[in-house]
Amino acid sequence: MGKVLVFVESSNGKIKRSAQELLTAAKKSGQSVTALVGGSQAQQLATECAQFGAQEVFVVKDSQFDQYNPELFTEMMSQAVAEIKPTVILASSSSLGKDLFPRVAAHLNTGVLSDCTELNLQGDDVTVKRPVYSGKAMAKMGFENSSVKIVLMRPNQLPIEAPQTSATAATKELSVKKTDLKTLIKEVVKGTSEKLDLTEANIIVSGGRGLKEAANFKLLNELADALGATVGASRAVVDAGWVSHGMQVGQTGKTVAPTLYIAVGISGAIQHLAGMSGAKVIVAINNDPNAPIFQKATYGIVGDLFDVVPKLTEEFKKALHH
Amino acid sequence: MKFFVCIKQVPDTETKIKIGSDTQSIDTTGIKWVMNPYDEYAVEESVKLRDSNPGSQVWVLSVGPKKRTVETLRTALAMGADEAIAVDAPENLDPYQTAKALAAVIQQEGGAKVIFTGKLAIDDNASCVSQMTAEFLKVPHTTVVSKFSLSAENILVERDVEGGAKEVVQMLAPAVVAANKGLNMPRYASLPGIMKAKKKVIKELDFAGLNTGASAKTKVLSLELPPEKPPVKMLQGDSSAQVSALVKALRDEAKVL
Repeated sequence: MGKVLVFVESSNGKIKRSAQELLTAAKKSGQSVTALVGGSQAQQLATECAQFGAQEVFVVKDSQFDQYNPELFTEMMSQAVAEIKPTVILASSSSLGKDLFPRVAAHLNTGVLSDCTELNLQGDDVTVKRPVYSGKAMAKMGFENSSVKIVLMRPNQLPIEAPQTSATAATKELSVKKTDLKTLIKEVVKGTSEKLDLTEANIIVSGGRGLKEAANFKLLNELADALGATVGASRAVVDAGWVSHGMQVGQTGKTVAPTLYIAVGISGAIQHLAGMSGAKVIVAINNDPNAPIFQKATYGIVGDLFDVVPKLTEEFKKALHH
Repeated sequence: MKFFVCIKQVPDTETKIKIGSDTQSIDTTGIKWVMNPYDEYAVEESVKLRDSNPGSQVWVLSVGPKKRTVETLRTALAMGADEAIAVDAPENLDPYQTAKALAAVIQQEGGAKVIFTGKLAIDDNASCVSQMTAEFLKVPHTTVVSKFSLSAENILVERDVEGGAKEVVQMLAPAVVAANKGLNMPRYASLPGIMKAKKKVIKELDFAGLNTGASAKTKVLSLELPPEKPPVKMLQGDSSAQVSALVKALRDEAKVL
């Protein structure tokens, strides 16, 4: 019987959906589930952890953990592992998770698998699937010589169950002290968007050269607003300076895995396909019936995007209001 | 002052991937190999840094099968690196073993002020080696870096995180910096650069000879090609008909609304 430690990330006083997914998966595996949550709101977040399946929650009630710092967080994980003695650690393959856990794994001389899209968690036997070679192959992978098996899951890959509002968990405090830090976070410059990041978004609307100029991204923003989607872009328009690099989907940009991906005026260069082929449903809108994007799409519309997109925005507004 | 850059040769994005007969690795016949795209940003940044710090040197380092490390190290030398070290190693080292080897060589060569890497290699997609190398060297790291400066002992970087936000991070040198797109515009190797690189001697080491004692922590059980997508459904009629058919399909058939 294994012991699963779920590293919980939060935003705006709520645990992230990715954490809900991990807790649900841990609970379903039938093993004992411990959550670890840090920051000034750790105590409140512990309740939510319990509702998604944690039997025990370790809280690090310390405002130092409101902001990620690799050295501090490595120390926290090192202490947590010594205290909790998990056999498996589940965390999100987020900006934080991907930066932190390889370092933690090296520190503990154990294995880590990042960017996983499938998880098979049965006792001590842990295998995953993860895309390799820019999504052109899937690798089934496992661990060896690993005291703790660390798995970083991409967001939106696992189901969640409705929270059990009556569930409670034993809460334990962990105090983490670390001095002589060589890393200092001087400032966090906020992004312009309030929306979910592309890597976490459930719906993405992406634009390419077919939009003809930067100002026409307005059409995509309106479409995205109607759907509650995040806006992405192809490399061509990022390189042309129409939008920021943070919006780029594909090779040298972000790898995304939304439920719905709408590609507007994107021809579908292999570098772009590499970043979005993990989407469950892909809609392509392009005036060129031979655009490679249609080979990856679930649904295709050949037409003038300046005609199609505004109509689609209106149709979505109607459909989602009823 | 010495700057190290850790680089890897990977299949070009455009290359078709075929699974090998062992089902655990790819069939390498006919593959076009290139320097990992993110490593190009790392090489460029180190060369720029060397040029603005007279007397400093850029050392490039690669771990892998000899033919491929040597080829990609030549590219880095042609871009302006001063010295190169190839560590001959089997194809299938895991990130833990690779980082152990990198850290061992960097230590053996007297350390570095800054160690640059790409933020991930586009073949195994692990994004692990930079942080692991930093841990083995007991130095700080920052990944996904799109802005870098060095002043005396302070390294100031910007790290791209979710939602277009940037963390401004200061580290005490030495440190590992993993490059993202946006850090710079990598130069093309010039013809004189290529000629000069051909004449340079690449120092050759052997993974086993480093005696890191590192065993793999993860393994590939099998590789498979992604499932074939069913053919696209093209929506017919005028734009109004296409749009209503699409919304209906997304709601009733794909059930994603």
